[in-house]
Amino acid sequence: MLMGVYSLLTASFFVLMDAVDVAFTEAAVGAGISTILMVTVLSMAGRFENRQLHHPRIALFVVLITGVMLVYGTFDMPAFGDLNAPVQTHVAPYYLQQSAQDIDIPNVVTSVLASYRGFDTFGEVVVVFTAVIGVLAMLEFSRKPDTTGDEPAPMYQHKILRIVGKILIPPIMLFALYVQFHGEYGPGGGFQAGVIFAAAIILHAMLFGVESTRKAVSMPVVKVLAAVGVLIYGSVGVVAMLNGGRFLEYNALAENPITGQHVGIIIIELGVGITVATAMMLIFLTFARRVGKANGESA
Amino acid sequence: MIEHLPILQVIIPLLAAPICLILREARLVRWFTFIASALAFVNSILLLQQVQTQGTISYSLGGWVAPIGIEYRIDLLNAYLLILVTSISTLALLAAGPSLRKELSERKETYFYVAYLLCLTGLLGILATGDAFNVFVFLEISSLASYTMIAMGRDRRALWASYQYLIMGTIGATFILIGIGLMYMMTGTLNMYDLAERLPEVQQTKTVFTAFAFFVVGVCLKLALFPLHLWLPNAYAYAPSIATVFLAATATKVAIYVLLRFIFSVYGFEFSFSHLPLQEILVALGLMGVFAASIVAIYQDNVKRLFAYSSVAQIGYMILGLGVGSKTGLTATLLHLFNHALMKGAIFLALAGLIYRVGSVNLKAFSGLGKQMPWTMAAIVVGGLSLIGVPLTVGFVSKWYLVLALLESNWWPIAVLVLIGSLLAVIYVWRIVEVAYFRKAMQDSAPYKEAPLMILIPTWILVLANIYFGIDTGFTVGLSEQIAASLFEVAK
Repeated sequence: MLMGVYSLLTASFFVLMDAVDVAFTEAAVGAGISTILMVTVLSMAGRFENRQLHHPRIALFVVLITGVMLVYGTFDMPAFGDLNAPVQTHVAPYYLQQSAQDIDIPNVVTSVLASYRGFDTFGEVVVVFTAVIGVLAMLEFSRKPDTTGDEPAPMYQHKILRIVGKILIPPIMLFALYVQFHGEYGPGGGFQAGVIFAAAIILHAMLFGVESTRKAVSMPVVKVLAAVGVLIYGSVGVVAMLNGGRFLEYNALAENPITGQHVGIIIIELGVGITVATAMMLIFLTFARRVGKANGESA
Repeated sequence: MIEHLPILQVIIPLLAAPICLILREARLVRWFTFIASALAFVNSILLLQQVQTQGTISYSLGGWVAPIGIEYRIDLLNAYLLILVTSISTLALLAAGPSLRKELSERKETYFYVAYLLCLTGLLGILATGDAFNVFVFLEISSLASYTMIAMGRDRRALWASYQYLIMGTIGATFILIGIGLMYMMTGTLNMYDLAERLPEVQQTKTVFTAFAFFVVGVCLKLALFPLHLWLPNAYAYAPSIATVFLAATATKVAIYVLLRFIFSVYGFEFSFSHLPLQEILVALGLMGVFAASIVAIYQDNVKRLFAYSSVAQIGYMILGLGVGSKTGLTATLLHLFNHALMKGAIFLALAGLIYRVGSVNLKAFSGLGKQMPWTMAAIVVGGLSLIGVPLTVGFVSKWYLVLALLESNWWPIAVLVLIGSLLAVIYVWRIVEVAYFRKAMQDSAPYKEAPLMILIPTWILVLANIYFGIDTGFTVGLSEQIAASLFEVAK
């Protein structure tokens, strides 16, 4: 819970520092999804920590050294907000000034993320994909149909929650789509949209039970979609290569370089969105199912 | 297509991974993975040829030129390591079929191959890129994938080993990220060559010093330098055999590459070795690693763990070579990178065959295997001889250069210590030989058959490579000397 609060506060910090995109991501991922995942994991594990058998003195020592080093490192840092800091004078001005000419979208963050450093973003999507593979490899259950499916979901008796949830889920999904396609103009983009979309599904799973969500969302399809998202992103790069450009050179996608940039960014954002949304769903649903099992066994 | 080689190197395995998930059928996925890895191997050979004829290749991703966008930059050093990683990966995959079928359930097999490809992608990405942040992104990919592979081991302890590695690895990655972040703050750029140009201006600041410290400690966690090696023995011992082969032969080598790259190409030799007591630290830790790990290895009963500790010791030799701070020392390190991958690849592959038949790598289970599985045991023996550094094996070549480098710098006490360290290797290899060849087989078990051909063939390819590169040193020594020379040139 405190972690969620922490993330929300961090998000507000980012807003204060004019990093709206980062704040948005922090709010959606840090305060939203990670808190849910943490709570899910906690419900699987015991409630109290085992008593420590050793005193972690060495650990304390290492942590102190690290802390001292970090503080030491701040002594020669440029002042906060200094206009002449190296960060502000080297590459950043290029992004700010040329982005309009090169890519022509109002949100410079998106143009750095999706085009200038698009390959890093591709890498991040693959990181998400790798995480899903890890979770599935560890926790996926055999395909046998579950007997626990008929039981009412834990939240079934909360009428208000159910009705409010029913009202909320469609707008959340719509909002996700808005964030997805509005990423070029305002804060937003594939990562945030994917997480928000997944949040809608997770809300459904929490209110109506994991099994009923699984009926609506087919797991094999979701799995394939997670892979497809990565492939969409990659294929944009390959197509650019076949058109005579470099990997991920969107200019080569269309006659007019600017159109090419736009097309490229929209498609890769779509790939990001799909992979992130399906990844979050997969992680939550596999965990939640495991929780259901564990509770069923103990009862 | 020739000009796209640098990026193809990485995206072939990368795109193959999600396709594997869609294919699902384990057998199909297996061949698909193998083909992807083999293509990457061919690609790396072509790249080396291209680098040798044209010099350093730069490839700007997305068409944005270096400091603005991300750049792939291939010189001799990465081309050399690319070949190493892809060749080992391909050979390991050749043996993967029977070994994994025995060790994993069919459903998990597919996930294993996907994770394997992702890990390969990550390692290749780290090697190919010329962008500091990109290193971190691909480091994450390779680490996450390797945690997954390790956790799939049959033994329940594999989960714990993977978790340990996850915690240590994440701390390492965070340190690296802090280092990169501070560098960016002081220079405003993430491109390695741009960094190299802009760092000298701010060299004296405390922030750059801190950045360097965090980065080096983070990388040393990843490369399992003593005393940061604690995650390694368990991870190697309990992972599925094929994962051990691949990780033992490549992952730590790539981490050493990152260290070399940042010490020489980004910070520059001057900064790394003159302003800081790095030399003393590296030599001390390298030597301590050699001794501590070798001694622990002698007392291990699990043979996989034994060789895992021996890996920590061998990393000590590599760091020692680097610590000497001379061209010959660096040559020794580079040679040992390659040679150690050959040795450990051969040994762990042979162990994979052994697990396939015997099901255990406990030293007791080895009794009488010398007669029952002659080819497998012979492979382990040759690999062991190579570890010791017997003439006519690759181990001799790299030890020779290391001792030469130490004598050149008049550090003969350390050279003597290196030789004593090799004697420790004699002890742990002898323990295995003794049990396998001079002890009778346990009577209650039927004699084991020789390992399947699909595992034996790649094992013996590596064993023969051990001998071949031990006799004909033209390729490895020539290339290593060239690389060492070029790294020192850049540094000056």
